[in-house]
Amino acid sequence: MWHNMYTYIFVMAVSIYVIRALPLTLIRRPIRSRFIRSFLYYVPYVTLAVMTFPAIVQATQVPAAGAAALILGVVLAWLGAGLFPVAVSCCAVVLILEWFL
Amino acid sequence: MIETRGRAMLRGLRDGLPIGLGYLAVAFSLGIQAKNLGMTPFQGFLVSLLCNASAGEYAGFTAIAGNAALAELALVMLVANARYLLMSAALSQKLREDLPFYHRLLIAFDVTDEIFGLAVAQPGFLNPFYLYGTFILPLAGWSSGTALGIVMGSLLPARVVSALSIALYGMFIAVIIPPARESRVVLGLVLLSFGLSWLCGAVPLLSGLTGSAKVIVLTLVLAGAAAVLFPVREEGEGHVA
Repeated sequence: MWHNMYTYIFVMAVSIYVIRALPLTLIRRPIRSRFIRSFLYYVPYVTLAVMTFPAIVQATQVPAAGAAALILGVVLAWLGAGLFPVAVSCCAVVLILEWFL
Repeated sequence: MIETRGRAMLRGLRDGLPIGLGYLAVAFSLGIQAKNLGMTPFQGFLVSLLCNASAGEYAGFTAIAGNAALAELALVMLVANARYLLMSAALSQKLREDLPFYHRLLIAFDVTDEIFGLAVAQPGFLNPFYLYGTFILPLAGWSSGTALGIVMGSLLPARVVSALSIALYGMFIAVIIPPARESRVVLGLVLLSFGLSWLCGAVPLLSGLTGSAKVIVLTLVLAGAAAVLFPVREEGEGHVA
């Protein structure tokens, strides 16, 4: 069956909004369960780490450039650099390395 | 101590800048996918403005390419974006209990991986106006990037696109590394996540576990195990172990 593109876009937008809005509107009190609190505390670190590696190495034309960006980013963030300096440095090292490799 | 709405929004706007730039680059490639579906630049702009998701939109596009029924499309979106359910649940704990309903509905509009990263890095309860500030440039970058991708295709040199797309990962790193430095549990989790995420791509048995599914499964298993083994103290900061 053929559907109008706008119908598809509407369904996509509504489905994803419902996923995001339900927890934010239904959970209005501090969660007491120590397990759930701990779980939610750990969620973002696992999610972001899983999405970072090995994706960062696969996102560049040359894998070594992505690896260099990963290492540089980790070192800078470890030393206390903020979001923007870390992000810009990672981009710069990829641009420079891919120029030569 | 209390920040005005305007100041909070400006601070959010500034923090959203690298995200907006990264989105602009990544949305380009999403635009190329959208073009293959026959989307017009306006439709690409609209779908990205309303969905604000990368893997989630790809998944939806795949369903549309297969001429899926609407219910199937909705199911694909639900599964591919299930991690936002977790993120929104985590975010709900960063909101004041008495925060009005309309603020919650507005915040829900743009819960993305990167904005979530910024939000969890904020100390204490979140000021909704800070979040609204962070939304502006990423929304603009993501939606216009998709439209540009449809219009210009592969006009930018590949090396420029690949360098720009790294901005996102740089941001992820900047979010996860400082807490990893403070807590051995978080450090161990991050390293384990890197390792298992890599294994999923490298080991044939696990190679079916990709993209959003990999994120969901590893998040549930690893964060669940950490919560059992190393429960956090009252305020969600230090660890018992």
